[in-house]
Amino acid sequence: MGTPAAAATPYIFLKSQARWRVAEIIFWLATLLPFVLFPNYLSLASQIAITALFALSIDLVLGYAGIVTLGHAAFFGLGAYGAGLFSKFVWGEPLTGLVLAAAIAAVAGYLSSLVVVRFRHLAIIMITMGFGLLLHEAANKAHWLTGGTDGFQGVSMWPILGYFTFDLWGYTAYAYSLVVLFVVFLGVRRLIHSPFGLSLKGIRENWTRMPAIGAPSQSHLRKAYTISAAIAGIAGALLTQTTETVSLSVLSFERSADTVVMLVLGGTGKLYGALVGSLIFMVARDQFSGINPQLWYFWIGLLLVAVVMLLPNGVLGGLTQLVQRFRGKQP
Amino acid sequence: MTSLASPAAAQASATAVPALFTQGVNKRFGSLVVARDISIALPQGARYALIGPNGAGKTTLINLITGLLRPDSGRIQLGQEDITGLKPHQRVKRGLVRTFQINQLFPQLTAIEAVVLAVSERRGLSRNFWGTLTAHADVVDEAHGILKSLSLGEAATRLTRELPYGQQRLLEIALAMATKPKVLLLDEPAAGVPRDESAELFAAIAGLPSDITVLFIEHDMNLVFKFATRIIVLVQGAVLLEGTPEQIATDPRVREVYLGGANHG
Amino acid sequence: MLPPVFNVLFDGFAYGMLLFVLSVGLSVTLGMMNFINLAHCAYAMLGGFVAVTLVDKVGWPFFAALPVAFLGAAAAAVVLERTLYRRLYKAPELEQVLLTIGIVFMSVATAAYLFGTVQMPIQTPAFLRGSLNVLGLTIGVYRLFLIAAGLLVAAVLVATLEYTRFGARVRAAVDNQRMAAGLGINVEAAFAITFALGSGLAGLGGALAIEIIGLDYFFAFQYLVYVLIVVSVGGLGSIGGSFLAAVLIGMSDMFGKYYFPEYGAFFIYAVMLIILIWRPAGLFGRR
Repeated sequence: MGTPAAAATPYIFLKSQARWRVAEIIFWLATLLPFVLFPNYLSLASQIAITALFALSIDLVLGYAGIVTLGHAAFFGLGAYGAGLFSKFVWGEPLTGLVLAAAIAAVAGYLSSLVVVRFRHLAIIMITMGFGLLLHEAANKAHWLTGGTDGFQGVSMWPILGYFTFDLWGYTAYAYSLVVLFVVFLGVRRLIHSPFGLSLKGIRENWTRMPAIGAPSQSHLRKAYTISAAIAGIAGALLTQTTETVSLSVLSFERSADTVVMLVLGGTGKLYGALVGSLIFMVARDQFSGINPQLWYFWIGLLLVAVVMLLPNGVLGGLTQLVQRFRGKQP
Repeated sequence: MTSLASPAAAQASATAVPALFTQGVNKRFGSLVVARDISIALPQGARYALIGPNGAGKTTLINLITGLLRPDSGRIQLGQEDITGLKPHQRVKRGLVRTFQINQLFPQLTAIEAVVLAVSERRGLSRNFWGTLTAHADVVDEAHGILKSLSLGEAATRLTRELPYGQQRLLEIALAMATKPKVLLLDEPAAGVPRDESAELFAAIAGLPSDITVLFIEHDMNLVFKFATRIIVLVQGAVLLEGTPEQIATDPRVREVYLGGANHG
Repeated sequence: MLPPVFNVLFDGFAYGMLLFVLSVGLSVTLGMMNFINLAHCAYAMLGGFVAVTLVDKVGWPFFAALPVAFLGAAAAAVVLERTLYRRLYKAPELEQVLLTIGIVFMSVATAAYLFGTVQMPIQTPAFLRGSLNVLGLTIGVYRLFLIAAGLLVAAVLVATLEYTRFGARVRAAVDNQRMAAGLGINVEAAFAITFALGSGLAGLGGALAIEIIGLDYFFAFQYLVYVLIVVSVGGLGSIGGSFLAAVLIGMSDMFGKYYFPEYGAFFIYAVMLIILIWRPAGLFGRR
């Protein structure tokens, strides 16, 4: 960042940071490949897109604002069940379902942010984890509403925009998930490059300094947390709509933890880290799931240890360093 | 110890409201008293220095004034306004700004981003999450101007953590300037700055606008005698005395505190 | 004749003692170095499996296996601390969380591979089995043993902290790390020893736990939540806090599960959230 020759003025430098890179365009074009190359794997692709969206929501609070959360599945699950209930009791129109899920999750996100942003360090990990566990327990007990461990029945989706029906091969599902992912991604990307995004980075970089420059850190964090919850809710709703079912695992600690792992794998605070990490993790898990599941946990554990010790900026961070070293710049 | 040394000064100040004053500020942690009935007053445009041996409570006093610590008793007033109950960021919004003894910077942000951040916060633009950073060219210009005024113009696009220490210290001051302070508290601005980088720092401090009231903590007596019009000596949490540099330099009590005394911490 | 609620409270107290032995090491090391070691229960699990192997496969007596469980866990802690943990003392919390979660994943997978997924039985000595009838309550002998063990551990810890030089160094480091280092205390060495002892205690706890809460490959994860709750509620670096929190959580959990079985673990999560929101540093924590 900041090579002497190219940075004419700071203004131009800042402007160039928000520009779309070639690599980004290639990435998004590549997301269309599954339609052509892996038509049998479209439902997996759809799952990956949904997980990537969830990981993106976590990156917003973890990678950009520095809130370590191990309970974000609470919002994913709220969106998932919200969309399910909406489809069962109101109507099966998908897009309004997304909006409702986002709204429910956002309200929950805002309410919990009132508590969450007042803490740091261990307390925040425990509180976010606690909320997640609590909600999971509550959903388990409330099986009159959620179906509990039997799963939620009765979701049936109408065609998207009245035209695209959900087919068995997953074409519609993947296209739908991908479009939603892309649209939300655009929004998040814009947010990151806005003054608000800069404030979030400031909070992450130096919590102490922010109030010293007059920044209302907690107010910023509440906003970020609420937006992040809404996005997680949308991801959950997508899962419900594309699979026409909701299982209790949408609220599980495992989902929260796995997704944080994916994010770290790919690299936090990079947006694309969430996407890349999800892709790698989900594909690897899909390949491994045939083999002994215990083995999967061993390798993932080892990978985590390796990433933390050797590649603290995740796969993307490592790649960026490699590229920079290759180009002869300073890493 | 009262805050005003001479009756003439008292009369002069009686007509003008001090930019900052504290009255009877006390703070203790268990049995450790870190601030003992501190009453000081800074007139508008003052250049005051706060000195004292290590552990005297200088940084603690800054923390109390800026709101990081809550006093057990006493009052803190900024101009006409009692700010004793305000949160730190609210005090900054009212023009009371400090720098830190150990740099509190944003390692992964470039210098220009850091200052733009401070300016955006000041102007209330940080609530904006749709516009781009460069939508407000005047913000960027103002930030760049501040960097240039502190000899950091060339370093604008470099990452904070890659800057040499002296420039980081200047950036620390730049961040404070970006908030358009009325009262500026500098906590050991020259701390750790190598000799060859201190010229810019001295220039920066000399160049601070004269309508800003400045209180700086310093151990570097060169800096103190160069810039301070008045010195407050703090020992063991209490104001020992206050006076002009000449008065302080010749006062036997000050010498004892620094050379003969048993204070260290 | 005492009403049956005392039975629940007694069982809860015994459970609390077990939680105390399991958690106290984590509380002290967290208070000392702020290193978030989510693998703490993996050491407990290791101690448990060591005990099971010695007692069931090799035929050692239960009481001989306990110190070996302690030592085994402590040894593993020393190895991991020297190779991995110490590089991350100054690293962001997230990295510490992820490193230690990675270790938990690996230990769970290894345990499943070596021992399968079934519950491990253990042969406790005959005199520890059975129960006594006191004042109308059914007092399990093993639970009495647990209470004695917990109190003994607490006493030894407090004595060590108060009356030994090592204890003084630990207290100083927990209180103010920078000051302690400034006073010439080798904080890293003190931490390494404390960490080994704390993990050893976890191992002991794991061995003691088998009879009461069982042991299987998933132990490292399952009880992590309880231990974290005890530590955060009790306050980091506080033995008294861990003790009190462990008793509180132990009793709340028993109470909740006995009187409101539909709500299960709900109860202690709620207790934890309420206490943390009221006192974010825990009952006895600083900060």
